[in-house]
Formats: sequence, structure tokens, C-alpha cells
Amino acid sequence: MSTADDQSVGMDYLESFPRKFLRVYLPLGLIMVFLLFPFYWMTVATFKPDAEMYDYEKYNPFWIVHPTFEHITKLFFETDYPLWMWNTVIVSVCSTFISLFASVCAAYAIERLRYKGSRYVGLAIFLGYLVPPSILFIPLAAIVFQLGLFDGNLALILTYPTFLIPFCTWLLMGYFRTIPYELEECALIDGATRLQILMKITLPLSLPGVISAGIFAFTLSWNEFIYALTFISSSENKTIPVGAITELVNGDVYHWGALMAAALTGSVPVVILYSFFVEYYVSAMTGAVKE
Amino acid sequence: MAVMAEPVAVPARRSSLWTRAFESRHFLGAMFMVPAVAILILFLAYPLALGFWLGMTDTKIGGAGRFIGFQNFVSLAKDSVFWLSVFNTIFYTVTASAVKFAIGLYLALLLNERLPFKSMIRAIVLLPFVVPTVLSAIAFWWIYDSQFSIISWVLIKAGLITRYIDFLGDPWNARWSVVAANIWRGVPFVAITLLAGLQTISPSLYEAANLDGATNMQRFRHITLPMLSPIIAVVMTFSVLMTFTDFQLIYTITRGGPINSTHLMATLSFQRAITGGNLGEGAAISNAMIPFLVAAILLSFFGLQRSRWQQGGRD
Repeated sequence: MSTADDQSVGMDYLESFPRKFLRVYLPLGLIMVFLLFPFYWMTVATFKPDAEMYDYEKYNPFWIVHPTFEHITKLFFETDYPLWMWNTVIVSVCSTFISLFASVCAAYAIERLRYKGSRYVGLAIFLGYLVPPSILFIPLAAIVFQLGLFDGNLALILTYPTFLIPFCTWLLMGYFRTIPYELEECALIDGATRLQILMKITLPLSLPGVISAGIFAFTLSWNEFIYALTFISSSENKTIPVGAITELVNGDVYHWGALMAAALTGSVPVVILYSFFVEYYVSAMTGAVKE
Repeated sequence: MAVMAEPVAVPARRSSLWTRAFESRHFLGAMFMVPAVAILILFLAYPLALGFWLGMTDTKIGGAGRFIGFQNFVSLAKDSVFWLSVFNTIFYTVTASAVKFAIGLYLALLLNERLPFKSMIRAIVLLPFVVPTVLSAIAFWWIYDSQFSIISWVLIKAGLITRYIDFLGDPWNARWSVVAANIWRGVPFVAITLLAGLQTISPSLYEAANLDGATNMQRFRHITLPMLSPIIAVVMTFSVLMTFTDFQLIYTITRGGPINSTHLMATLSFQRAITGGNLGEGAAISNAMIPFLVAAILLSFFGLQRSRWQQGGRD
């Protein structure tokens, strides 16, 4: 038993390979299969022609005999899928930037300016993080309707920050806390304004934190479902998750191939983004909980 | 080319009200808070309050409602579908959270071993958490299909069953199916966060225990668990919170069916409020979730307190 950062061999050498195989590799392998199988299944179904998809006797369901792009071309050229993807990108990017801007300012003010009552505001923002969208969507629907935002991207761009800002602020507060006060004091003595300090000292030093928050916010808004389902009604304004499950099912006819293609292609962008920034992502996830 | 800058006469600072205000950190702090607070008040605090109000009205979509007091709650108390959804929510939360914790902790312990390609394995483990829930739920929907389920096919080929399992057509099958999908999605979060907790435990504690002749089980029981307990409290509170208010998985896989047997309170409130148009009644169902959430948050709060105290931090 040794930890990741610790290079010492510990007492591992006492353990023979077969024993370690049974104790560690085998269960780990089984859990990995459990976790990865749905993705494999999604991929297989995306590239399988319908003839193979619905015939398990003639073709082994685990393999693709004649791979095809028919589901993907159908999805991209015969449905509103490209529009959904465009909406998802616009909404995620805008709401992420709005949230990052608001959170950087708020976290800096709470953590560094320490104005009167900042601790209580910090606590209130943390509590805001615990309010789940599934109890907010009904009153929010009424508000969105009143403001005339219903069935438009703006409805989502403005409501997603409600769960992004509390998270990002909480994460950034943790990061700002790790930057030594002395740096700011030096700058203050040299005559820098607070805004200059934030832009030239605190932000550059906490760039990893800002990236973590940004990546996490982006995937959270990409994945959001309940608001998008409630506030959007016309097909061309939907996001990928909502469009996939409302528009690709005609009554009792499920277009499984197209559904799977939508699931796969809708997941790929977040997975690519995630694979580049996995360390930041993990630190955002664990950092927020460890606070 | 080193040209010395000529000394410039610094203009005397005008100390108008405006500049002085910008030197006050209280004023500046308030200014910095404006964007976040404006959004949070308009789209978080106000809707939360509006939700309480809506729950006491008979508002329909497209029409103003009037105040009817607790009538929504009275009619819900007599509504068997509502009580079924409460039962389902509790069943779903308890079973899924318990299994997520067990598998998550086990996986965290496995990942804490010395492994080749460790960071890659860790990245793969997190995938179910990263991929949009609705999209992976579509994959589960297909896995649970009544005619083309791969699970049924494998079990039949293995000779364990003779007929295809009707995963989503039978109430209890459907309940266990959505619980399994929820476990699949939730395990990575629990595992990776607990792993982060495990990595903060000093290896010297284990070495000392080894020298004293402690067995694996004893080391787990007397070192790992106590050291991990603060983070377990927090992770499980979050996990319970997320499971209790889950909407996406159920809506995608079963839409609450068959015959309401997988409706959670969140999906029922959506059905009544948005699909059925009774905003007031839906809001009342949402409000009924709040006592449970407050209980979970209090648990988290005391968990955090304990961790600060254990680490000797402030507060």
C-alpha cells in the first residue's frame, strides 16, 4: 500500500504476481469492463447496418461485419442535429464565460478584499451550489416565460450560470487562498490598483484553477438537460441531449442507429476536451469536495 | 539602447469621492460581487421563493393562479401516485447510494495500489461521469431493450435463462434497471474523490501498522476508514443529493413507467407541471423534496465541521 506521489516501493515486493493479479488486476478489470461497456455498445450500434442490428442469430452482436456510416449521415443530413450541436456549443461557451467572469470577481472579492460580510456571502454561495435544478425548473420556467426568453438560447445562457457560478466561485476561492498575500502587498505598495492586481498577479497565478473551473463549467453546461427540456420547445433551438431523445423517436418507432450515433457524436467533444485537461478536471472535482 | 526614462513629475492625486471609494475594499468588494449576485438573485434566490409561492397556488401554464393555501399538499397526501414516487425516490436513493459507495470505495482502494498506466486508468474510470448523462442513458435504453437486449442474449447463450428479460416492462425489473444505470454513472465520482482522500493518508501510518503486525483488514478498519471518514461524509452527501434529485436517467430510460413504478419526485413534478400544465401542483411536489435536501445539507455541514476540526484548521 503506497500512495501515488510516493516513490517508495513499500512492501509490495513481498507479493507474488498471481496473488496481486487476483487481488488487484482482476477486480479492476471487471469494474473497467462494467464502466466501459455502454460506450463500446454505443459505438458498435452507431456503425452497424440495420440488418445486423436487429438480427442476433445471423450475426454476432458484439462485432460489426459490414461497418457503415448510414446512421451518422442520416443524423447529420436528415435531422436538425447540426443545429442542436451549434446551440449546445453556443450555450455552453457563453454560459461558461459569463460564469467565469462573475466567479473570478466574486471569489477575489470574498477571498482577498474581505469586505464586510464576505464570509456569509461565501457561505450563501456554497448553499446555492446545493440547490438542485430539479426543484428550480418549475418557478424558473415561469420566470423565463415572463421575461420573454422562452424557446431561445438566451433562456439557457442566463439560467445555466445559476449552477455554474456557485461551483466556480467555490473552486476559485480555494485557488486564490493558495496565493501568498505578500505578492499583493508588494503590488499595493508599488501603487497597483486592485484591478491591476487581479489582472496581473492573482489571475495569472491561479490560471490552473481558472482552467479547471472553465472545463468543468463547460462540461456541466454541455450535459445539462432539465432546463433545456423545459425552456425550449422548437426543434431548431434544442440542445443535443434534448433533441436526441425528443426528436429521434417517432411515436413507437425508435431510430436506434441514429439515436446511438447522436449519443456517440454528442459525447465525443466533451471526451476530447476532457482528455486534454484530465488533470485539471480531476482537481476541480476533488478540490470542490475537499473544501 | 538604454535610454533612461526622464523623471516625470507625478501629478498630485486627486482624492475625489470616486477614487476614495475605489480604495475602500468594502465598496470595491461590493462592486466585484455585482455580476454574480445579480444572476444568483434573479435566477436562483427569486425562483426558490417563487417556488414556495407557486406550491400554494393553482397556477396553470399560461394563466395566473390564485392562492389556495395548502390545498395542493392536501390533495397530494391522498394521491397514491405521489406516495409511490416518494417510495421510489427513497428506494432509488438508498440502494443506488449504498452500492455506489461500496463499489466506489473498493475501486478507490484498487486504484490506490501501484499500477502500470495509472493515470490512464484513472482517466478512463471517470468517463461515465464526463459523458452527458442523457446520452449514456440512451445506451442503457438500448441495452435494456425488450427484444434486442444484449444482457438477455448473453444469458440465453449461457443457458441461464430461457426467455428475454422484460427489463423496462415490469415494475421491479425497471426499478433495478434504473438503479443499475445510476450506479454506473455515479461510481466514478465516488471513486475518484475517495482516491484523492486516500492519497492524503501518510504511508508511514501503514508501515507502522505493518511493523506492529496488523493484517490487511485491520489496517483498513483502523487507519483507512477513520482517516477517510470526513471525505466519505462529504462525498456521500453529494451523492445522495444528486441521486435524490435525479431526473435525467429516469426521464430518458423509462419516463416514469411502467405504470408510474419508476417515477421519482422530480420526474413526477415535471410530468404534472410541464407536461400536464399544473405548475402549482408540480411546484408543491418539488417543495416536498426540500425537507430531505435540508437533512442532507445539514449532514454535509456537520461533516465539514468535523473535518476542519480534525485537521486543526480554523473554525
